[in-house]
Amino acid sequence: MNYSAFLQLHDELSLLAVIVILLIYDIFAGEKAMRHFQPLAVLLLTAHTALTCWPRAPFEVAGGMYQYVPMLSYVKLILNLGTIIVFLQANEWLQSAESNIRKGEFYFLTLCTLLGMYFMMSAGHFLIFFIGIETASIPMATLVAFNKYNRESAEAGAKYILSAVFASGISLFGMSLIYGTTGTLYFSDLSILLTGGSLQLMAMVFFIVGLLFKISVVPFHFWTPDVYQGAPTSVTSYLSVISKGSAVYILFVVFVKVFVNMVAEWQSILYVLIILSITIANLFALRQHNIKRFLAFSSVSQAGYLLLAVISGSAIGMSAMVYYVLVYMFSNLAIFGVVQAIETRSAKLNISDYNGLYQTNPKLSVVMMLALFSLAGIPPFAGFFSKFFIFTAAFEQGYYVLVFIALVNTIISLYYYLIVVKAMFLTKSEEPIAAFQSNSAMKISLVICTVAILVLGLMNVFFTNISAFGFGLM
Amino acid sequence: MNFLSIFVLIPFLMMIGLFFAKNRNQINAIAATGSVVLLILTAILTFMYLDARAAGDTALMLFRADTVWYAPFNIHYAVGVDGVSVAMIILTSIIVFTGVFASWRIDPLPKEYFLWFFLLTIGVYGFFISIDLFTMFMYYEIALIPMYLLIGIWGTGKKEYAAMKLTLMLMGGSAFLLVGILGIYFFSGAESLNILDIAQKSIPVWAQYYLFPLTFIGFGVLGALFPFHTWSPDGHASAPTAVSMLHAGVLMKLGGYGAFRVAMYLMPEAAHEMAWIFLILTGISVVYGAFSAVVQTDLKYINAYSSVSHCGLVLFAILMMNETAMTGAIMQMLSHGLMTALFFALIGMIYGRTHTRDIRLMGGLMKIMPFLGVSYVIAGMASLGLPGLSGFVAEMTIFVGSFQDASMFNRVLTIVAASSIVTTAVYILRVVGKIWFGKVVDAHHEELTDATWWERVAVITLIVSIVALGSLPFWISNMIHDSLLPVVANLMK
Repeated sequence: MNYSAFLQLHDELSLLAVIVILLIYDIFAGEKAMRHFQPLAVLLLTAHTALTCWPRAPFEVAGGMYQYVPMLSYVKLILNLGTIIVFLQANEWLQSAESNIRKGEFYFLTLCTLLGMYFMMSAGHFLIFFIGIETASIPMATLVAFNKYNRESAEAGAKYILSAVFASGISLFGMSLIYGTTGTLYFSDLSILLTGGSLQLMAMVFFIVGLLFKISVVPFHFWTPDVYQGAPTSVTSYLSVISKGSAVYILFVVFVKVFVNMVAEWQSILYVLIILSITIANLFALRQHNIKRFLAFSSVSQAGYLLLAVISGSAIGMSAMVYYVLVYMFSNLAIFGVVQAIETRSAKLNISDYNGLYQTNPKLSVVMMLALFSLAGIPPFAGFFSKFFIFTAAFEQGYYVLVFIALVNTIISLYYYLIVVKAMFLTKSEEPIAAFQSNSAMKISLVICTVAILVLGLMNVFFTNISAFGFGLM
Repeated sequence: MNFLSIFVLIPFLMMIGLFFAKNRNQINAIAATGSVVLLILTAILTFMYLDARAAGDTALMLFRADTVWYAPFNIHYAVGVDGVSVAMIILTSIIVFTGVFASWRIDPLPKEYFLWFFLLTIGVYGFFISIDLFTMFMYYEIALIPMYLLIGIWGTGKKEYAAMKLTLMLMGGSAFLLVGILGIYFFSGAESLNILDIAQKSIPVWAQYYLFPLTFIGFGVLGALFPFHTWSPDGHASAPTAVSMLHAGVLMKLGGYGAFRVAMYLMPEAAHEMAWIFLILTGISVVYGAFSAVVQTDLKYINAYSSVSHCGLVLFAILMMNETAMTGAIMQMLSHGLMTALFFALIGMIYGRTHTRDIRLMGGLMKIMPFLGVSYVIAGMASLGLPGLSGFVAEMTIFVGSFQDASMFNRVLTIVAASSIVTTAVYILRVVGKIWFGKVVDAHHEELTDATWWERVAVITLIVSIVALGSLPFWISNMIHDSLLPVVANLMK
C-alpha cells in the first residue's frame, strides 16, 4: 500500500489539522486563553481556505475511491467561505451566558460536518460517499439541538436525526440494490454497468432520497421549517447553505457520472420535483409569520432552482449551479446574519417585529433588502445573474415550459420577499426594534456579504473562473 | 470608455455623491448638477449623431461598443444608438431634469429618494443604449424595482397596494420577456445576444408564433396594453410627483420601444400574422382609456387613463408597420412623455397646495395661481392635439400613416382609434373648465400661492420642449424616420 498517496488529500488533512488543533486548544486552554478561541478558529479556517483554494490537476487515490477534480476546489472554497462567515456571525451568540461554556463544541462539530461533506463530494465509491454523508449528518443533529435546554431546539434535533437516519436508511437500501445488480460500488464501473433495468431504476430512486432530503426538496422537505425554526440561527444558516450546497453538487456528479445511462429517467423525476418544490414552497412561504420558517420555505424553493441547473446535466449547467450556490450563500448568509443580530439583541423573530426597522437600524435593513433582492433575482445584484444563467442552462436543453413555470414562480417569490422589505421600509411601528450596534465580527461578515452581492454579478471574473473548469467531472 | 456608457456612469456617480451628502442643500445641488450634465451630454450626443449622419455614416447603430461580458453564455455588454434611441435619450434627459426640480422639497428622506430616483435613471438610460438583449433586459429590470420603494415610501393614497401591484405586474411581464429572449437567442442560432446579429439570422416561423406574443406582451405590460394596463392608474395615482413624471413619461416608453426594437424587428413574420390580435387590444386601450378618463374625478386618475389611451396609440401605430405610422409612434412617445410629465408635475404642484386632487372640490383657481393655470391649459391643448403643439404632430402622423394601409380592417380600426381625439377633448376641457375657471369652490384656496422658482424651472422647460417639438418637428422626425427605414424594410421582406 502506498501511504504517500494519502498526502495528496491535503484539503482533508489540513481541515483535520484545524479540527485537532481546536479540539486540543479547547481542552487545555484556561479561561483566559479561551477568550482567544473564536479569533483563533476563524484565523485557522481562513489559513486553511487560503492554502487549499488553488485548483490542482485531477487525481485519484485508493484505486478511485477518492477522486479529485478541479471544480472541487471551487466548491470547497465556497463552503469554506460560508463556514467562515457563519463563524463570524455565531461569535456574539456563542459569547452569551448559556452557550459560552460550550462554544468549543460548536466549532468542532461544525468543522466535522464540513469534513464529512469534503469526503462526500470527493467520493468515487459509494462507501466513501456514505461515510461522508453520515459524518456530515450526525454532528449536524447535535448542532441543531445545541441549545439543549430550549425545548424547540431539542425537539428540532430529534426531528432532524430521525428524518436524517430514515433518509440515509433508504439511501443505503438503494446502494445495496446497486451492489446487488452490478457487484461493484465504484462510480467509474457503475457508469457502464448500470443500464437502466427496473431494479436499477428502483435503486436510483431510493438512493437519491438521501440527497434530496439534505437539499430539502419537496416532498422531502417536511423537516425543514421545524428544524430551521428550532435550531440556533447560526446552525440554521449553516444548514441552509453549506449542507445544501454540498449535497446538490454531489447529486449532480452522481447523476452525470453514475446514472449516465438513465438520463431520461432522472430528468423526468427532477422535472416533477422542481415544479413541486418551487411552487409548493412558494405558496407556503406566503403564509409564514416567523422569519426563520419563512426563510426555510424560501430555501426549499431555492433548492428547486438549483435542481433546474442539475436537470440540464451539461457543463454549463454545472458552472451555473456552482455559481448559483456561491451567490445564494452570500445572499442567504446576509439575511441570516441580520436575523441573528436582531435575535441576539431582542429575541424577536416575527416578520411583523421588523416593522419600521429602517427608522432604527438603517444599515441592517439595507443589507437585508439587498440580500432579499438578490435572492429574488433583481439586477444589478448577483442573484439576477445566477438565476439568468440557470434558466439559460435549462432552456438550452429544451426545458421551455419548466423555465416558464420557474419564472412565474419568481414573481410569487418576489411578492413574499417584498413583504419583508415592506415591513422594514414602509410600515410604521409603535415599538420598533431599538437601535443597536452589532459586534465587529458580525459587521465584518455583513460587509463581506454585501460587497459580494454587489460585485459577484457585475464582475465576470468569478463566473468565468468557475466555468473555465467547466465540467470538472471527466 | 464608450461615450454612451457615460449616460449610465453619471447617475451612478451621482448616487455615490448622494451617499455622502449631508443635508438637503447638498442633495439638491448634486441632483441638479448631475441632471444638467446629463442634459448637456444629451445635446452633445444629438449633435454628434446628426453630424455623423450628415457625413454619410449609414451604419444601423452609431457609437457602438462591444465588450465580452460572460463568454460562456455569449453575453456581451453592447451599446449603440440610432435615431430612435437618441430621441428617447433626449426625452429622458428632459424628464429627469424637470423631475429633479419637481422634487426639490421632497419629504421625508430626500437622500434615499434621490438614490432610488437615479437608480431608476440608470435603468432607463441603459435600456435605451443597449443593443444586447441581456443588457437590455437587465436595465429593464433595474428600472422596475426602485418603483416599489419610491411609490411605497413617498407615495400617497393606497400606496402599498399600488406599489405591490405595479411591481408584480411589471415583473410578471418581464418573466414573459425572459422566456421570449432566451427563445429568440436559441432558436435564431445566433452567436451572441446582440440584436443586430440576431436580425441577420432568421428565427423559425413556428417558434416566432410563441416568441412574438411573449415578447410583445412582456413589453406591452409596461406600455399599458389592454388588459395588462391595470397597474397604471393605481400606480401613477399613488406615486410621488417626479416618479409619476418619470414613469408615465419615460418608463412606459420602454414598453413601446422594446416592442418595436425586439418583437417587431426580430420577428417580422409573426408580426405580420399576429398583428391583428394586438391591433384590436391596442385599439381597446386607446378607446377604453379615453372613456375611462372622462368619468374619473381624481386628477391623477384622469391623467393615468389618458396615458393608457395615448400609450395604446403608440403600440397601435407600431403594429401598423409602415414608416409613416411608425415615425408617428416614436413622435407620440416623445410628445406624450413631455406632455404627461407636465401634467403630473402640475398636478403634484396643485395637490401640494390644495391637498386634494378631486376636481369637484376645486374651482376658479386661475385667478389664484395664474402661472400653473396657464401651464395646465397649454398641457391640455397639447394633449388634445392643438396644431403647433407636439400632440398634433404625433397623432396626425399616426392617423395618416395608419390610414395609408390598404386593408379595410386597419382602416376601420384607425377610424375607431381616431375617435378617441374627441373623447380626449371632452375630458381635458371638462377638467380645465371645472378647476381653473368659474367660481372659487373652497374659500381656503384664496390664500394659495403661485409656483415657486424651482417649480417654474420644471414647468417652463417642459412647455418649451412641447412647443419646440410641435412647431419645429422636422429635424427630429427626419432623424427618426431615417432610422426606421431599415426596420420597416426588415418587416416588409
